Amino acid sequence: MAASTECGSHTSTLENNMSIKKALSAASPLTLRIVAECPVTKARACDLILPHSAVSTPVFMPVGTQGTLKGITVDQLEGLGCQICLGNTYHLGMRPGPDLIDRANGLHGFMNWKRNLLTDSGGFQMVSLVELSEVTEEGVKFKSPYDGKEILLSPEKSISIQNSLGSDIMMQLDDVVSSTVTGPRVEEAMHRSIRWLDRCIAANKNPDKQNLFAIIQGGLNAELRKACLDEMTQRDVPGFAIGGLSGGEEKDDFWRMVTLSTDHLPRGKPRYLMGVGYAVDLVVCVALGCDMFDCVFPTRTARFGSALVPWGSLQVKHKQYAKDFQPIDPDCQCPTCKRHSRAYLHALFKNDTAAMHHITIHNIAYQLNLMRSVRQSIVEGRFPDFIRAFMKRMFPSRDQYPSWAVDALASVNVTLE
Amino acid sequence: MAGSKMQLELSRVVQGKSRLGVLKGLGRTGRHSLEVPGCLLYTRFGTVPHLTQDTLHTMSSLPSVSQVTLSNIAEHQEVLEEFKDGFRRFAGLHDTVLYCSLHDPAALCPTGYTTNKTVSVWGSGGRIELTVAKFMALQKTVQPDWYQSMADGETWQNNTSRKRVRKSVDRTLAHLDECLLLHQKSQELEGVEVFGVVEGGDILEERLRSARETAKRPVAGFCLDGLQSGSMDQTLRTQLITALTKELPEDKPRLLQGVGRPDEVLACVEAGVDLFESFFPFQVTERGCALCFSFDISPDPERAGRAPPAVLELNEENKAVGETQQNGDRNRDDQTQMTSFEIDLKDKRYQDDFRPLVEGCGCYCCKNHQRAYLHHLLVTNELLAGVLLMIHNTTHYYGFFSVLREALASDKLDLLKRRVLGDGGWQTGRKE
Repeated sequence: MAASTECGSHTSTLENNMSIKKALSAASPLTLRIVAECPVTKARACDLILPHSAVSTPVFMPVGTQGTLKGITVDQLEGLGCQICLGNTYHLGMRPGPDLIDRANGLHGFMNWKRNLLTDSGGFQMVSLVELSEVTEEGVKFKSPYDGKEILLSPEKSISIQNSLGSDIMMQLDDVVSSTVTGPRVEEAMHRSIRWLDRCIAANKNPDKQNLFAIIQGGLNAELRKACLDEMTQRDVPGFAIGGLSGGEEKDDFWRMVTLSTDHLPRGKPRYLMGVGYAVDLVVCVALGCDMFDCVFPTRTARFGSALVPWGSLQVKHKQYAKDFQPIDPDCQCPTCKRHSRAYLHALFKNDTAAMHHITIHNIAYQLNLMRSVRQSIVEGRFPDFIRAFMKRMFPSRDQYPSWAVDALASVNVTLE
Repeated sequence: MAGSKMQLELSRVVQGKSRLGVLKGLGRTGRHSLEVPGCLLYTRFGTVPHLTQDTLHTMSSLPSVSQVTLSNIAEHQEVLEEFKDGFRRFAGLHDTVLYCSLHDPAALCPTGYTTNKTVSVWGSGGRIELTVAKFMALQKTVQPDWYQSMADGETWQNNTSRKRVRKSVDRTLAHLDECLLLHQKSQELEGVEVFGVVEGGDILEERLRSARETAKRPVAGFCLDGLQSGSMDQTLRTQLITALTKELPEDKPRLLQGVGRPDEVLACVEAGVDLFESFFPFQVTERGCALCFSFDISPDPERAGRAPPAVLELNEENKAVGETQQNGDRNRDDQTQMTSFEIDLKDKRYQDDFRPLVEGCGCYCCKNHQRAYLHHLLVTNELLAGVLLMIHNTTHYYGFFSVLREALASDKLDLLKRRVLGDGGWQTGRKE
């Protein structure tokens, strides 16, 4: 299903709304409208129009693996301005299973989320649960941790589950190899991912309602990546993800693969960089041309009492905050910062689970707010200045700037003084 | 107590025992009130378990009085002293009346550490010993609107000797006198109310003595201690409460500690209790269950002679699950056991049950989610389960209290009892 692209610059709000409405009712379940492009870097600000609502990019998508964002209600998530979040095919396919979710009116119905959902294919679990899996051309064989039964996750099965889940964006099943693996396995996986992409496209029962994204593989090998890009961009998919990264590889290799990928992905389709969520990584990768991101980090780290702030992070459970009566971030407008102090949250961690929820809300607010500010700066033509101010706030001094970030930004014409 | 603002206005006293009314003059400004029979909002360190402000405020009619406990707060004394502005501000609680109790009704604590001059509470770091001086220092930093005086209530074990019970009464009175002395001298506690605590274990004479003596002191109301769920049969509890309340002034409120099960609440209201702690919905939540018992007393000609659907389903479900219909009394350690007022959402039968927890319940959980979803959240150990269940169970429980007051106002207490406790005759018919 081809995605449609529109380039708007100075259209009025009324025209904007009308074109969004028109796009929503159009046959294509995905429309990308490029609102602004940074003249210095490769960054773009877009409106991504999906079946359930429009999404402003660049966007960070919080992860709700099992049909819930841990401890947060859908109302709270909506209240934070989240327009799209993730669910996981492997986990939901196991519990409660696609048949039940079908009967519940899809994952949207089951969790009562009215905005957009993106589901991962189950591919990543091949790496994260590698002890329990075996890959063949057919698919991935998993041994269920719950009852020891063997299940085969094939491209067809993954798409079938995702069709039942009814997500707005589905990911192809890819042959995922850890980014620290080298040798022929990487090439094998890249080629297989292309074959699996074709099988996924063929298996998609709802091309008019669900968008199937391809995932570019090839590890840290530029040739393999390029080969994968050449092949996959020939397929008519509404969007592309950059996969196989963010798994512990050297950052110097990481950013080079990201920028190589965005160089060869079509301008008019969204670029989703999977598994990226640290603030610095987000800002740099937006500069390298990525539109969408997801990561469990902000929500997971929250449950350990780690609050994300513009100058790094704050370990609320540490003794030094026991008598600190400021909010986590005095400039933050989230419900947690408007009402509670570090000292109260520090003490609450000893008493009730709500402490985790307070930090989770703050961290999601932080991530979404960061992306909102990034987008605004691109729209207003001052993204490079934003980057410089961001880095200055985040790091105590220039020599603490990560060198990979300095290099990556230099590659897109942003020099940090 | 000089200038006590707290006033109990009774509108009805049914059969000389059950009381209906409003407790007025609460809070520093004296503008808050609480209907009785009623309950306090149970919190852990100022937070209703699992809930943040957003999720808490999906519920519209919450009690105007929040309960905090020294078991949660004691270990944070230093922080509060440095903060200076009292616990309410520290916790980000704005418009609520704050009541401070000694123990957390939902947390059993070890026994054997009470002495003539001290009682102990358990924080996250271990045991904290409180003298009256330390107890009062804590009250000064917490700055509640009202608190219970320090008390020795360790009489609920089965083998408590008469001597031990007598000691608990004597100590509690001594602690009360000391507390009141320090209270009167303290500027920080001006306008703050004190409740005396009635002890006496399961010995009638001691109960009467404790009540009589405590009533002589200038307190704003009375806590009834040592009668917690699991410490004795309801029959004995009713007997003791009925007798001891005769020694208490009619125009001061009676707060029963550690009792929250709906059947026990009904019996204790009939015995003369005004206020309860609302920890029961929290306990139900912690075991992954949802309160479902019916308390519908609306006149419905179609229902006459037939139990309402919720009770029908509930009993059917409990029988199939093999749950005992008896709500175990004697064992205080076993308050985690499921009761007949709830359903166990982890049970497989709810896997594909797409109905709300309780049909017609207006809470956020029932308006937005289904049993199948809650089942999934529990099976996968998701945090959201606690949030949603806490919202529902709290709403259901306060709904019950609201109807209880309605029943007292309109002479329908017997009907309510039949609804809540199950229609005896009908139940026999269902045994297959």
